Amino acid sequence: MRKLLSLTLLALAGSTAFAGGYRVSIQGQKQLAMGHTGVAVVNSAEVAFFNPAGMAYLDKKFNLSVGGNALFAKTKFQNSQYNWEASTENMGTPFSVYATYKINDWFTAGLAVYTPYGSSVEWDQDWEGAHLVNNIDLQAIFVQPSISIRVGEHFSIGGGPIYATGAVNFNRNLSMNPLLSDSEGNPTDVTLDAKGITAWGYTAGFMFNPTDKLRLGMNYRSEIIMEARDGDATYNDTPSFNPLANTKFDADLPLPAELTVGLSYEVTNKWLVAFDYNRTMWSVYKALDVKFANGTESLNPRNYQNSSTYRFGTQYKANDKFTFRAGMYFDESPVQDGYFAPETPRNDSMGYTGGLTYQVNSKLGVDFSFLYLHFDEIDNSYNYSTDPISGQPNPDFGGTYKSVVFSPGIGITYGF
Amino acid sequence: MKNKFIYLAIIAAGFASCEPEFENAVDANYTAGDADFTSYVAIGNSLTAGYMDGTVSRGSQINSYPNLLAQQFALVGGGAFTQPSYADDVNNLGGLMLGGMPIGTTRLVIDASQSRPENIAGTSTIEVSNLQATAYNNMGVPGAKSFHLLASGYGNVAGVALGQANPYFVRHATSPTATVLGDAMTKNPTFFTNWIGANDVLAYATNGGAKSDGMTPADDHNATGNLNPTTYGGNDITNSNVYANVYNQIITTLTSNGAKGVVCTIPSVTSIPYFTTVPYAPLSPTALGGSTNINALNAQLYGPLDGIFTAYGEPNRVNPLSATSANPILIYDADATDRSAQITGALTPTLGAPTAAAFGAVFGKARQATAADLVVLPASSVIGTPNASAPSTLININGVSYPMANKWVLTANEKAKVASATAAFNSTIVSIASANNLAVADMNAIMNQLVSGLQIETGQIYTANYFSGVATENKVLFSLDGVHPNARGYAVIANEIIKVINEHYNANLPLHYVNNFPGINIVGSN
Repeated sequence: MRKLLSLTLLALAGSTAFAGGYRVSIQGQKQLAMGHTGVAVVNSAEVAFFNPAGMAYLDKKFNLSVGGNALFAKTKFQNSQYNWEASTENMGTPFSVYATYKINDWFTAGLAVYTPYGSSVEWDQDWEGAHLVNNIDLQAIFVQPSISIRVGEHFSIGGGPIYATGAVNFNRNLSMNPLLSDSEGNPTDVTLDAKGITAWGYTAGFMFNPTDKLRLGMNYRSEIIMEARDGDATYNDTPSFNPLANTKFDADLPLPAELTVGLSYEVTNKWLVAFDYNRTMWSVYKALDVKFANGTESLNPRNYQNSSTYRFGTQYKANDKFTFRAGMYFDESPVQDGYFAPETPRNDSMGYTGGLTYQVNSKLGVDFSFLYLHFDEIDNSYNYSTDPISGQPNPDFGGTYKSVVFSPGIGITYGF
Repeated sequence: MKNKFIYLAIIAAGFASCEPEFENAVDANYTAGDADFTSYVAIGNSLTAGYMDGTVSRGSQINSYPNLLAQQFALVGGGAFTQPSYADDVNNLGGLMLGGMPIGTTRLVIDASQSRPENIAGTSTIEVSNLQATAYNNMGVPGAKSFHLLASGYGNVAGVALGQANPYFVRHATSPTATVLGDAMTKNPTFFTNWIGANDVLAYATNGGAKSDGMTPADDHNATGNLNPTTYGGNDITNSNVYANVYNQIITTLTSNGAKGVVCTIPSVTSIPYFTTVPYAPLSPTALGGSTNINALNAQLYGPLDGIFTAYGEPNRVNPLSATSANPILIYDADATDRSAQITGALTPTLGAPTAAAFGAVFGKARQATAADLVVLPASSVIGTPNASAPSTLININGVSYPMANKWVLTANEKAKVASATAAFNSTIVSIASANNLAVADMNAIMNQLVSGLQIETGQIYTANYFSGVATENKVLFSLDGVHPNARGYAVIANEIIKVINEHYNANLPLHYVNNFPGINIVGSN
């Protein structure tokens, strides 16, 4: 019976789940199951991400958490003024690896590897919004060595540098004007590809335990600007009267800073509740400006705004073998009206999470998590694109969008 | 405990099949309203047939406005929509052949290497004598005037060479004696569009008010009072009473089984780039060869002519050429007072009798063009070139030292005849539509608005200008022949008709997205 259940939960292969913009808030199986709270929760090595200060409070000398999710996102689009229908289904695989080692009573070191940003959206080639995006695939992996220092009984601090590495592949049609197409009528499109983009940032935080039931935590991760330099811009299906030559491009993509505060409270020694508040500084993402080596540029205003996420999670240790978790959260979208680009078609959402841990023995446990994101239907448009041939503004592109996102995850926890 | 597991498993299985669902499907509110699109028939001329860039081609026909309308009608119960077959246009060149000889030109494209419009290279493969003998939903016949739709024999292949039949109708007429309207009615239309009448006045206009010889004035039958269309010349203006009778007959027939429909008014010439692109004064001092040439022309031609016309009370009929600003072209005006005798008389002392007589014959009805005249688009490749029928190379440059023939210019008088006839025809269309409770798509008003800029539902602004470079490509709705819309223009027309249908028949049909339609075809080389 239980095997059947775990298999069923596994069968819920997921897709890319987005928490506002291209932020993927899936950084730990235990914590995801708790509504992705964690800045004040010390459960496992996952705390190395949520609040490195909390590493100092882990019981075991060595902790390891490895996990991954299969993330499915489905978005449908329609516009009844012009009888348009389109849809996209995408899959992503965020993963995380955390390890902590207690060097002595007050000093713990850790290493965190995780994927906080990603976006994989693939519309049908040449769909109605192809002049904005046909497909996009971007991902960033953060490697974060950290330390945690316990200051007295109740307080700790922690932090470390973040090494970010990322890649982006983006394709869109050059113009909505069919004039710019090859002799068979295939519209000219451009692919931007950049790999191995690297940048540095940092994380820092503290944890304060006024009583042995209550924890308070704060964590700040700095903004990291991914600077793509000399990426490849490749033109396909160019017209006979203007064979565009492939060239290079430069572009900056900001990964915003995030501030989290929260608390957790042990209602009983089996039952824990936690609340987190995230504030993501998306306003750094004003535009995606691409400068080509041939002198042209493509300016794409985005005008994201800072956004908040409100999280609640709970955990119940039923017995030595099973611990159950559940959570929910409200995620504000950073996208403003009129800037709703179909490469990140997400509005505000409600997340519902659940999961459990099966403790095989005192050292090893298997974690399961499940996330379901609910989006309301939204009417919105992108009003700021320009046609590269004429230099004139394109008409507003919009309609009704509806998304569904869900993701199962699995991980293992090992410690001694 | 066990129940909790089952519960989770069920939820999990449920989520696996999660799909986003809209509150309303995209077509939830589409309706035909009071109209019935089961069998839609389009009546008209080249504008209805999908003619653009000087021809109908396999590709151009796909974007005819009736075909675009039929795509939307299909969403609310519309039936199949057929158009005359262009399957033999294998290379998508357009054109027309009869008995292996070309009788029409291939479609115009912009040759980027030459920066000008050219007929696309290749030989047409559309052979008129491969008769289809089928009635189609799209009964638009390029070149048809109103009364042609009722003419038996208009589709007889033997009549093409005699000028009595129309090769476009010949291709699909169900029999040599079939009429266009008769074939249309065999489709049992429940809905129709009718856009006929443009050629009744525009054949005259596009030929500059001349008959096919290019010189003799064509007739305006509103002036002649001739009510027998079988005696009309090809470029004559139809008498408006004849037009009204014919139009009434067409509408009565179309609505005889309860069909509903939309009628379209006729555009005015001032809103079509064929007439508004070539300026009346294109002769810049540089083009004329500088002040030396200008002085010579003034001394030998313009000066003497100006003197003679002024002496007889027409001081501004010809003025000396300016060396600082662009000059109007010299044109033949059929309505000008004939001064050949006076010119001959005045010039005999200096040039001798034979030469003076030649001057008199050439310039007797000449004058300079004014802002009230319209120069037709094809004139741009004639102005400044030598004229083979000039009596001497001293006076043989078209528009400069030899008057442009009648057919290249729609003079102010001719323009007034066209405007008056257009207004009369449109008044007929509107009143017959009103009497039959039909919807009216006022294409005359829409094309007029294009002149100053027409803003459509997406916010884009389009103009009535002729294509003038890649940067203007996304603003022009007219094709390279200067008269017919391009595919994007037909999409705008289809949308305007849809808006009229939605309003008049309480329907809800989606529009076409104009930006996605091709405009001008540009090729690297030809």
